[in-house]
Amino acid sequence: MSMLNITIDGQAIEMPAGSTILEAAKKVGIDIPTLCHLDMEKQFNQQAAACRICVVEVENRRNLAPACATPLMNGMVIKTDTPRVIEARKTVLHLMLSDHPLDCLTCEKAGACKLQDLCYQYGIEESMYPGMQNDFPLDESNQFYTRNLNKCVACRRCVQVCTNFQHTKAIGFGNRGFTTHPVAPFDKGMDASDCASCGNCVSVCPVGALLPKSKEKYRSWEINKTRTTCSYCGVGCQMNLVTKGNKVVGVEPVDGASNDGLLCVKGKFGFNFVDHPDRLTSPLIRKNGELVKATWDEALDLVAAKAKSIRAEHGSEALAGLSSARVTNEENYLFQKMVRAGFGTNSVDHCARL
Amino acid sequence: MTNSINELIDSNVIFISGSNTTENHPVIGAKIRQAKKNGAKIIVVDPRKIDIADDADVFLQVNPGTNIALSNAIMNYIISERLEDAEYVKERTENYDELVSVVGDFTPEKAAEICGVSAEDIKKAARMYAEGEKGSIVYCMGVTQHSSGTEGVMSMANLAMLCGNIGIESGGVNPLRGQNNVQGACDMGALPGTYPAYQKVVDANVKAKFEEAWGVELSDKVGLTLTEIVHKAGHGDIKFLYIMGENPMVSDPDLTHVEEALKNTEFLVVQDIFLTETAQLADVVLPAASFAEKDGTFSNTERRVQRVRKAINPIGDCKPDWQILSGVLKRLGIGKDYASPEDVFAEIREVTPSYAGISYDRLNELGSLQWPCPTEDHAGTKFLHVGKFARGLGLFKPAAFKPSAEVPCDEYPVILTTGRVLYHYHTRTMTGKVDGLNAMSPESFVEINPEAARKLSIVEGDKVKISTRRGSVMATAKVTPKLKENVVFMPFHFADGAANALTNPVLDPIAKIPEYKSCAAKLEKVAWDWSEETDGIR
Ligand code: SF4
Ligand code: SF4
Ligand code: SF4
Ligand code: FES
Repeated sequence: MSMLNITIDGQAIEMPAGSTILEAAKKVGIDIPTLCHLDMEKQFNQQAAACRICVVEVENRRNLAPACATPLMNGMVIKTDTPRVIEARKTVLHLMLSDHPLDCLTCEKAGACKLQDLCYQYGIEESMYPGMQNDFPLDESNQFYTRNLNKCVACRRCVQVCTNFQHTKAIGFGNRGFTTHPVAPFDKGMDASDCASCGNCVSVCPVGALLPKSKEKYRSWEINKTRTTCSYCGVGCQMNLVTKGNKVVGVEPVDGASNDGLLCVKGKFGFNFVDHPDRLTSPLIRKNGELVKATWDEALDLVAAKAKSIRAEHGSEALAGLSSARVTNEENYLFQKMVRAGFGTNSVDHCARL
Repeated sequence: MTNSINELIDSNVIFISGSNTTENHPVIGAKIRQAKKNGAKIIVVDPRKIDIADDADVFLQVNPGTNIALSNAIMNYIISERLEDAEYVKERTENYDELVSVVGDFTPEKAAEICGVSAEDIKKAARMYAEGEKGSIVYCMGVTQHSSGTEGVMSMANLAMLCGNIGIESGGVNPLRGQNNVQGACDMGALPGTYPAYQKVVDANVKAKFEEAWGVELSDKVGLTLTEIVHKAGHGDIKFLYIMGENPMVSDPDLTHVEEALKNTEFLVVQDIFLTETAQLADVVLPAASFAEKDGTFSNTERRVQRVRKAINPIGDCKPDWQILSGVLKRLGIGKDYASPEDVFAEIREVTPSYAGISYDRLNELGSLQWPCPTEDHAGTKFLHVGKFARGLGLFKPAAFKPSAEVPCDEYPVILTTGRVLYHYHTRTMTGKVDGLNAMSPESFVEINPEAARKLSIVEGDKVKISTRRGSVMATAKVTPKLKENVVFMPFHFADGAANALTNPVLDPIAKIPEYKSCAAKLEKVAWDWSEETDGIR
């Protein structure tokens, strides 16, 4: 791969051809704010470059360049924090804020909102351009998420992810200018679209325009995140379980080796079984035909005693075990060990064949 | 999978057979569509006009159970047009002559009749797959759940070898695993014939190795498969049955028989997170922790081992499965005190050569590793069979086409095929507890072609009785042009209107997989006063 020599904020570095200014900045630890840019957009020509928050100055160029979508050229000299750059970013934020309800106190996204963070970073309290605000009806027609387009900053991330990565193409961009917003076909509710409810648009929305219908209210600073693997299908998507106290309250995609930041409806929204009231919470033993509560010792002693007595009376081949494609490797290992070493038979299987 | 999921994006042609990818492996479905955008050609083979068929350059809407006829005809055409990779066949494979003789007279015209598709489309697909430089085959249960499933799988491998597509990046033969850790369950030896890493129980050296590792004498007899276990339990030969995290009361073929069999055991232990239909029959129920409440690893469909991490404490008095099992093992006088899943993993590495180089430390650092990974300095294996096959030369194992065990007749004139929907997972133990998912897919249904429905005076939403030689169930009609007139489809997730009360338990003789994807059935419209019987199975 051919390498390019560039200078960014006075540092000379080498980058492979085809990289963007944003990638060069990341490499040397310079922070350029982004809003519409998606990490899964690995090539500069995939960028929507819709928001212009990432603009930087490039020597010998008249216009400011969006860092996320500008490919490096040999000898490029880039400046990321000139007054002109800062002014341009502030203007972008003022414009966004001019059509954004300032209800941050009650917004579910508060604390995890890109717009809020950037306004904080650039010291913007209210828009310099007050004026008309859009008034779109709330769309609650999808089972799993709500759309409040009054909070939309028209970054197009949702449309990008749905069109270019999820490839369902359920939404497009409607209108132009002031009222521009992502739309389902014919500007109807999401239930009238082809939406597969994968929630990828919800995961990438930088503001509170697309929000999961959560059973639990939580603030972004009350939660913990634990990286794990989806427990549904064999794709093995990587995700963070979002927890508040001892409760799973949400799931967000992680850029894993097989999913690159995508999830499907089951992985994203299918977690409420975890603390469903029907969960089994104590061992049960059948007594006089009824399953009644028991202690762990009672239950496990009984299981072991029965295994031993039936083996003694009828031989090992009268015992068998069915393991599970849903539990971990460690558990499958112990299970087959129990059947083979403990029961003395190889009659262990699981439902892979079903 | 011989290859990795992300390699699909750079394939030139993707041949998808019996996999409703966008619903069952949605993120892989998305990747296939990304590949199409990159210019890949897409071939789809399925009895239903599934979503991904809209993306297909060639869509072959075959009759259920005719995959082998189709692949044989594709290979016939490839060979007769000299489109095969002759050099690869010569250098890397053996038994080519037998392949030629088996598919020799199986022309596209002949298959067209059996499969219910046009000979021209078969030829087009054959040419497309053979001419793509990097061709990937993706398949799922639509290929395996037949009485000739093993042969169906082999025919996929034959086709890939014929075109030189195994052992190259973005090629390969890629079965998609339905459940999150099917791959891992197999890798760990939850199979009657193999210890971890597919080491054979009949091999005396292997047995000696495990006897030493575990400190007990072991059996050298291949055990019973799931379906055989259920069958034997029915005859009273299995007296003690321990079921972990499975719900055969909904997932097994011929449910009436399963219930009798489970009741017939002397002692039934069920370990699960909910009181499933199966757990309700148990003598002891052991409450397990969900994936959110424990540590461990899963191995995905591309052999990628990844961490599962505990996010919350176990609900109530339940325990992670590994803790429960280690308690039983201890009481049986086997094994040691395992302090953690990592402790168990350390033991796994010692006896599982393909996992030997994988550790929790490495997984935490790298995010994942794909087996085979024999040593700590090994980077894992992205795709298999580079340069040579595990056995040396790739063996062609051709199979002649055999019809499904049950074909339509006067009494049962249509073919019933089964599958999954996007919003549910297996027997709904988990998804049935999520409101939104239930709202999207609340009840069992049967999909019927509009013309077939018209002839039976069935309209969308009608209650329909579906019968096979095993029994009858009721379901709601969904009238859709997705199906041809001679085929109906039911999802298998639901206990009410259970498709598996109807399916044929006849097994593939080698893999012992039941023929879920094809049996003969009949449909009747039901008058409303049937309502008191809508409870399902009779
Ligand atoms: S949920 Fe998925 S399919 Fe629906 S609009 Fe969002 S990205 Fe598109
Ligand atoms: S809804 Fe969210 S993601 Fe979509 S354009 Fe608006 S702000 Fe961006
Ligand atoms: S998020 Fe969806 S595609 Fe990914 S592993 Fe989970 S179920 Fe499979
Ligand atoms: S982040 Fe670069 S234009 Fe939006």
